[in-house]
Amino acid sequence: MKTLTMPSFGSDMATGTLAQWHVKAGDTVSKGDIVATIETMKGLIDMEVFDDGVIESLSASEGQELDIGAPIAQLRSLNENDESTNIVEKQSSVKSEDPKTNINTVSQNKALPNEQEKNTKNQRVEADSKLSQQNEIRKRDKFLAISPAARKRAADLGVNWRQLSHGNGPEGAIILQDIDDAFNMAAESPTKSKPTPAEMMRQAIATNVSRSKREIPHYYLQLDVLLDNALDCLSVHNANLSPSKRILVNAMIYSAIARALEDFPAFNGFYIDGQYQPSETVHLGHAISLRTGGIMIAAIRDAQSLGVIELMDKLRDQVARAREGGLRMSEVTQASVTISSIGDRGADSMQSIIFPPQVAIFGLGRPRKMPWIIQNAIVAATVVSISLAADHRVSDGHSGARLLNKINKLLQTPEKLL
Amino acid sequence: MNNKQTLKAVITRLILDIAPEADIESLDPREDLREELDLDSIDFMKLLEALALETGITISESDYDQVNTLESMIAYIESKK
Repeated sequence: MKTLTMPSFGSDMATGTLAQWHVKAGDTVSKGDIVATIETMKGLIDMEVFDDGVIESLSASEGQELDIGAPIAQLRSLNENDESTNIVEKQSSVKSEDPKTNINTVSQNKALPNEQEKNTKNQRVEADSKLSQQNEIRKRDKFLAISPAARKRAADLGVNWRQLSHGNGPEGAIILQDIDDAFNMAAESPTKSKPTPAEMMRQAIATNVSRSKREIPHYYLQLDVLLDNALDCLSVHNANLSPSKRILVNAMIYSAIARALEDFPAFNGFYIDGQYQPSETVHLGHAISLRTGGIMIAAIRDAQSLGVIELMDKLRDQVARAREGGLRMSEVTQASVTISSIGDRGADSMQSIIFPPQVAIFGLGRPRKMPWIIQNAIVAATVVSISLAADHRVSDGHSGARLLNKINKLLQTPEKLL
Repeated sequence: MNNKQTLKAVITRLILDIAPEADIESLDPREDLREELDLDSIDFMKLLEALALETGITISESDYDQVNTLESMIAYIESKK
């Protein structure tokens, strides 16, 4: 018998709220199935199960906030001899402050067989269809429905909307006014409210970046990369496509970075307990800015083996799910390297802070028009500054510069990436 | 309601679907839409897709610089109708 516990989605998480069960006692589950949705300061994340088995009992109820590692269900495994069946226990028994937390989760995910992909296909299809319905009021359970705007307001004000019995919207849905009323009522009460999710996320980011700057000797490099070839290639590709099928230039840059990293293992892996463990594949983390404030990092698995079209599909899907809810546990815990992009209305360049226990992070500035010299002539060109912050315990500037130049080279022949 | 007002209402609704927190009421229709409402490139793509479904007008990538503001976006769609 295995105990499923409140999972950790990163070293910065102390508690999670069981937002919704997707199973009940007696249900049969397969590896990769989503059993629950957990609400964290990072938003709603779908919790997968790593064993085939039968849910024996549920020990936590919807809406309940629990510490990491607290039991939430019992799972009777169909294969008690399989050593990997301890995975869920192993992962969640680690203290959240322990730097091993992330790597344990990563190695656990690496160990997952490919069947997980098949087993979870249905859930992903479901998640996709959920996205297409984002305009509708989301029914969280049989009692509560809430509009996206009300949900956002609740997060901003720190109102626990699940405690409301009903709202004044259609079919009792909770609307903005209900959140405001609940907030005003709470303000009149003398008890001090808990930190809001936005405050908690800010605190979590503060903890992570402080640890990173304290422990990791960063060095920084930056290279201006000509984007005209990539943009020309994409403009031909995108010309007759509907907006939802178009490829953003960032997807091409991400692809070039992922492929370049294959030859530079010192920038793709984890530094744990004084030792560096390179990752065998590139799980490309990308930082997603959340509307409620803060950021979260989702990983595109095996990004080095994806074409740009496939990579763009995953990027689009993960950004949407990060904001709407529905990212999977494996997606938020397994990045082996991270890219942060300031956006095309942002700033010219960005130097980022490494996300421990990773050892490198790339910062993308906004693509900008500037004078550029091609064959001794000054021309107007579109250029992006790509920065690399890397861990000097693991690599040196010389190899970092070679990595940046390799990325540049790949971006000059974009048709090969497509 | 005339065409421009109708289009403005449609675009406003679609933006709020994508970014519920967007402060669209105080948006200057002549200012850069994405910068003012903090819409990233994926948000913008979603907006264009929703607009195409709603109005039947697909804004091509080469015309992005003609739809930077709410006002210019309305004018562009009207000109294509």
